[in-house]
Amino acid sequence: MKSQVRQFSGLLVAYFLAGSVHAQVNVFACEPEWAALTRELAAEHATVFAATHAGQDPHYVQARPSLIAKLRSADLAVCTGAELETGWMPMLQRRARNPKVLAGKPGYFEATQQVVLLEKPAELDRAEGDVHGDGNPHIQVDPRRVLEVAKALSSRLQQIDPDNKPAYAGLLQDFTARWQSSMERWHTQAAGLKGKRAIVHHREWIYLLDWLGMQRAGSLEPKPGIPPNMAHLADLKQQQADVIILSPANDTKPSAWLQDQTGTPVVVLPHTVGAVPNSDDLFGLFDEIILRLSESVRR
Amino acid sequence: MNKTILKAAIVAALSVPVSAVAADSADIGELKQMIEELKQRHEAQIQALEQRVQKAEARAVAAEQTAQSTQGKIVAVEQQFQAKPRSGDNSFNPAISLVLQGGYASYSENPEEFHFEGMPLGGEAGLQDEGLALWETELTASANIDNLFYGQATIGLHTHEGEIEVDVEEAFVDTLALPAGLGLRFGRFYSAVGYLNEKHTHAWDFADAPLAYQAFLGGQYRDDGVRASWVAPIDSLFLEVGAEALRGDSYPGGGNSGDFGAVHNLFAKAGGDLGRTNSWQAGISRINVDVEERSAGGHAHDHGGDSPTFTGDSDLTVLDAVWKTDLGGESALIFQGEYFLRDEDGQVSLSEGAGDALFNYNGEQDGWYLQGIFQFNRQWRAGLRYDRLSADNDLVMVSNTTGEADDDIFEESGYESSSHDPHRWAAMVDWSPSEFSRVRLQYARDDSREQTDDQVFLQYIMTLGAHGAHQY
Repeated sequence: MKSQVRQFSGLLVAYFLAGSVHAQVNVFACEPEWAALTRELAAEHATVFAATHAGQDPHYVQARPSLIAKLRSADLAVCTGAELETGWMPMLQRRARNPKVLAGKPGYFEATQQVVLLEKPAELDRAEGDVHGDGNPHIQVDPRRVLEVAKALSSRLQQIDPDNKPAYAGLLQDFTARWQSSMERWHTQAAGLKGKRAIVHHREWIYLLDWLGMQRAGSLEPKPGIPPNMAHLADLKQQQADVIILSPANDTKPSAWLQDQTGTPVVVLPHTVGAVPNSDDLFGLFDEIILRLSESVRR
Repeated sequence: MNKTILKAAIVAALSVPVSAVAADSADIGELKQMIEELKQRHEAQIQALEQRVQKAEARAVAAEQTAQSTQGKIVAVEQQFQAKPRSGDNSFNPAISLVLQGGYASYSENPEEFHFEGMPLGGEAGLQDEGLALWETELTASANIDNLFYGQATIGLHTHEGEIEVDVEEAFVDTLALPAGLGLRFGRFYSAVGYLNEKHTHAWDFADAPLAYQAFLGGQYRDDGVRASWVAPIDSLFLEVGAEALRGDSYPGGGNSGDFGAVHNLFAKAGGDLGRTNSWQAGISRINVDVEERSAGGHAHDHGGDSPTFTGDSDLTVLDAVWKTDLGGESALIFQGEYFLRDEDGQVSLSEGAGDALFNYNGEQDGWYLQGIFQFNRQWRAGLRYDRLSADNDLVMVSNTTGEADDDIFEESGYESSSHDPHRWAAMVDWSPSEFSRVRLQYARDDSREQTDDQVFLQYIMTLGAHGAHQY
């Protein structure tokens, strides 16, 4: 028993020593898009853990033990904010015993705090469904906002890991250049989408529509977070639309029914990194979105 | 400007006839000079005017630029306004939520006589009131107190025998910033014993507590005290170990020791993920109680006269495990089980008629439950649970002045174990239109007593206000 205790404490000491020479920033990203962005901006200077994957809805994640363990040793948590993670992040922050990543500390970064949000409700009433008081949190599908977040995230990385400041600045410059030229390309490819009307499944596409100059004709969910029902779908039949947009996580039946009734094409768009094949980084994500959307509208 | 040109033209027109009358060459030269002077003067004036115009134009451009930058500033201010850090769910106010629970309960046997042979009920153990009733109304407020502390309080309102009881269910403070993964909780809180004990009833998967919770924890154990715990710095495995010292004010404590630390609890939890779709947590806790005059018999066991009281040691060991599998889409499978082993050793005293009785009690009891929940989608779930308890108590009479036979006293005390092991099957279906509302139908075939009790519950759980935590 005694030797076991000694062995265990030896391991602990080794662990702490290893921790102190560990130069990489430990990043806990709440969603895959922010994990991908951090990888772009920190490269080999950070180890990045994504708390959720594309198959999970970040609204409904539980404060699982594995997440507590990961947050326990994180230097920086990168989340969406605007109440998207309200069901689990505050609980993780309380249970992880890591003062570095508490709200208000440099180690806690919220992407939605860096950009102007749309759809900020004038009135908060749960009869309106799962509404977010700060505005719509799904900003990751607008490349302009992604760039703004990138700038803020890079300065946060520089603040947390000042030794590698020049490296982060260089990576941001490189990312910005590649991102801006990609944005021009996407804009050209999506020129035909301007003014088109889309019906969405969940209201997570407003920033994409806003960027592309498209209009939202309606949503399959009668209220955010409330599953589609027949009465509401029947009402949507009256709406003129060019495309129905859903994410791979959504139930396909309501959109299939509406397509059957109205002939409006349905397109499944990746809502985050890794949601469909060839969307393993942020560039691939928007390549896929633009490709799928322009193909379905052209048809 | 136009006026100046006009003047210049008039002067020029007048000067021509004058020059014609005066034919003298010197005069002409003088006149020429005058005209030249006039011309120069006018040109200077025109130049000055042009400069003024240019200056005015520059000023206009500058003004436009100022306007633009002001607009930029307004946008920046707006962004700052939006980006201002929030202190919590609701600015500086605590996050407040109100949980309404109630429903309908039906029993084929008398719920007032619910009991387990050999394991007298204590605390809040017992069945819900029969018929339509409010079950529990809970008001919870929580917030970060400052950068060091977090506080939470839950006020519960229950109806007990027609009276409304206001109860401080929980009121505790957590530290937020202790170093090295340490944390302290102090105040009143649900003890970290087992898996379900720390969850509020509205987060349970069934309408009632497992039989083992009824028998060993008085429904649910909470008390005043202190907890210290440590989360290990291992990022691939969650590991938490902790210790609690509590007053022993509520069951399984006796409430009479007046000696802080009558209850000690040591616990450890571990958990993690297996692949992308599986997660688990397992725990062990050992709770030692120094019991001073614990009245046996909970709500349902008041049959007049004084309840028997137990004084001695009570040791309870609990093993718990949870396994969750994500089946894709919104469906999931959740298994959960807990095993309880209790050892009680001491003396029981009771009054009967004019006399008293005192006997030695040595109890070996165990209990367990296993449940599975299938989540069809975000709104619908169904579950099945099996419970079982068993008791093996050794009773030896020390003194008996009641005039009744020793065996009769043992039986009446409720401490005599029987060969009948309490067990129960329960099945439930629940529907959650949103994260904030849930309606549940549950049927149970309860063999806690010799006679089978068919139990039906229709329960509602409604949450108003702050978004609750998705506790694992």
